[in-house]
Amino acid sequence: MLKQTEGSKAVAEAIALCRPEVICAYPISPQTHIVEALGEMVKSGELMPCEFINVESEFAAMSVAIGASAAGARSYTATASQGLLFMVEAVYNASGLGLPIVMTVANRAIGAPINIWNDHSDSLSQRDSGWMQLFAETNQEAVDLHIQAFRLAEELSMPIMVCMDGFILTHAFERVDIPSQEQVDAYLPPFDPRQVLDPAEPVSIGAMVGPEAFMEVKYLAHAKQMQALELIPQLSAEFKKVFGRDSGGLVRTYCADDAETMIVAMGSVLGTIKDTVDEMRAEGHKIGVLGIVSYRPFPLAEVRAALMNCKRFIVLEKSLAVGMGGIVATDVRMAVTGTGLKGFTAIAGLGGRPIPKASLHKLFRQAEKEELPPVTFLDLDWDAVNKQLERERQNRHSGPIAENILHDKGIVSAKFG
Amino acid sequence: MSFQPVKFYQTGTLTVGNRLLAPDERSVQANQMRSNSINSGHRACQGCGEALGARYAIDAAMAESNGQLIAVNATGCLEVFSTPYPESSWQVPWIHSLFGNAPAVATGVMAAMKVKGKTEVRVVAQGGDGGTTDIGFGCLSGMFERNDDVLYICYDNEAYMNTGVQRSSATPPAARTATTMPVGAEPGNVFGQGKNVPEIAMAHNIPYVATATVADLRDLEFKVRKAMRMHGARYIQVFVPCPLGWGTASHDTIRMARLAKETGMFPVFEAEHGEVISVLKIRHRLPVEDYLQPQKRFAHLFGKHAHPETVARIQAIADRNIRKYGLLSEESS
Ligand SMILES: Cc1ncc(C[n+]2csc(CCOP(=O)(O)OP(=O)(O)O)c2C)c(N)n1
Ligand code: SF4
Ligand SMILES: [Mg+2]
Repeated sequence: MLKQTEGSKAVAEAIALCRPEVICAYPISPQTHIVEALGEMVKSGELMPCEFINVESEFAAMSVAIGASAAGARSYTATASQGLLFMVEAVYNASGLGLPIVMTVANRAIGAPINIWNDHSDSLSQRDSGWMQLFAETNQEAVDLHIQAFRLAEELSMPIMVCMDGFILTHAFERVDIPSQEQVDAYLPPFDPRQVLDPAEPVSIGAMVGPEAFMEVKYLAHAKQMQALELIPQLSAEFKKVFGRDSGGLVRTYCADDAETMIVAMGSVLGTIKDTVDEMRAEGHKIGVLGIVSYRPFPLAEVRAALMNCKRFIVLEKSLAVGMGGIVATDVRMAVTGTGLKGFTAIAGLGGRPIPKASLHKLFRQAEKEELPPVTFLDLDWDAVNKQLERERQNRHSGPIAENILHDKGIVSAKFG
Repeated sequence: MSFQPVKFYQTGTLTVGNRLLAPDERSVQANQMRSNSINSGHRACQGCGEALGARYAIDAAMAESNGQLIAVNATGCLEVFSTPYPESSWQVPWIHSLFGNAPAVATGVMAAMKVKGKTEVRVVAQGGDGGTTDIGFGCLSGMFERNDDVLYICYDNEAYMNTGVQRSSATPPAARTATTMPVGAEPGNVFGQGKNVPEIAMAHNIPYVATATVADLRDLEFKVRKAMRMHGARYIQVFVPCPLGWGTASHDTIRMARLAKETGMFPVFEAEHGEVISVLKIRHRLPVEDYLQPQKRFAHLFGKHAHPETVARIQAIADRNIRKYGLLSEESS
């Protein structure tokens, strides 16, 4: 059914359609609206049978999900940013135990400095945690990916994060097609766990494992993600049959066929990028887009194939590998190893810094001319940075960095429209 | 040396021989049909109080739930000595996730059972004192506060044993651990710190809180069975001497537990909804020296450089426990 609705609300409705049995949550912006809506559905009896547990921390949220999933219940939670970091030990544990938990990550920056706005630092910090990660470009895709995520996770008995940009998607009202219960039931069978805690057939889950078997267990986690590379396109194709919509898959291209310059990105910024590309195409620029939907597993072959025919690419990412450069860019470069392709990295939108079309126009044109340094920080205020660096050179006791920058900038809220 | 000469036909005690009891009053362990939830062959040290306590507790929980039990374990000695293949000894569905999350994992298991309508399946979570009073404390308090239908059992050996005997918030004053060495002005663990988790559990007004020791195994079984007949959040802290960490003889585990109770160092009681409803009285009151002296972790308090004033401070703690919980009876001599 078509609806004009908030992203979080739409996702909550999609989750409910997936018949989750245990939902646990701890509040953190911008995830709150999702779990609030689910909590209300459970309390009113609209979503049943389902247990909604208000836990005391994200660490407990993931731990409750672990217990529930191991006991055979379809389990869901959602978090973001500090919350994801707070649960990290349990995040690794869930994948190590092979429990198919689905978690929404409403992507948000990581402090300090504390910041509630969107970037991808949170889920990307968990890239090696053994969880799959799918990135939604729109709220429609967020809805669809959640439905696919339960299938994928349970098929492989591995957990999965569905990542959607905090505020930009979670709090945006737009038109979303919410599927019917019949459609979702036809696509997603009841949870049939590979391992389960059951008094009728006692098993030990989470036993101590030494060097004799540890590597095999870890390899198998990797092997499952390799299987996911095949399963994700299949599930997306099957999704199209049932729901009549293209959604998900490993990667998506736009205007790529004859593109000489390719822009690689993940999440909602793909919308702005496509608009910019449309305008540049109208002016005759041979430019195209590669959107990565599946960040883990990383589709090396598909990325390589999508970039093979261009001359250069630029990875625009909302994350920073401090001391190194780009996080996504590293993976993309790995995919094109040996092609001799020229690659650039643009770090953009950290902590919610807007990524306006004007800045993209400039960036892409520079990329076309290969006039960019290997790593660009889009719209970085060099004056502010240099001033602080100078201050530190002058004064050993220069004080807290963030406070200094804020002081230098004065009242800035009006600067970003 | 045993604590006291064996007397047959004891009265006023729960240690009476099973042969004298009606079959349904006999201990779970005396029954050949007991579940043997923790099989022999695990790697615990000889005389491990935790292995003994867990065996009695989980078998009792199995008996009371008619075998419909799922156990959740925190990281710690119990988990480590009972799971490496081929010594995995659990005969119940069992899960270990992390050090600090056993109460929350148990909540998850409980929620799954509830949503599936399997209300006959009961959930026990268990961990060491470190896993309970320190790193798992947030999850424990959350589980209590929500009154989740979980029995949590803490095996209290008063330190982080699995990592080599470091101090926890359950380590008593003056005790030597690897991180509270008997050096400096105040040797061993300092006074005035530590957490009384049974009392904190009571402050949550949960249906049932109890303490027990491996010296009174019938009492432990009784409390576990009673807890299993109740619903909501329940907490039992079992005092389990650790020969390796305490520097006691393997054959003295029961004796040390009994001495802890008889000196007043470890009050044994039951509470319902935040109110103490019963205490296990001291039978023969003993000075704390009797309890401290056989333990190497307190060796620095005795001998050439003895610290009688420290022993007196510990005695004061025991005396306070005795007053506070009313541990003396007419019979206590
Ligand atoms: C997050 C985390 N921190 C530290 C450890 C290391 N660790 C494992 S077991 C243990 C000690 C357990 O002590 P306790 O809970 O008292 O149980 P015991 O071994 O004494 O029975 C520690 C510190 C860990 N596994 N996980
Ligand atoms: S170190 Fe202590 S608690 Fe651990 S197995 Fe040995 S006796 Fe038991
Ligand atoms: Mg301990």
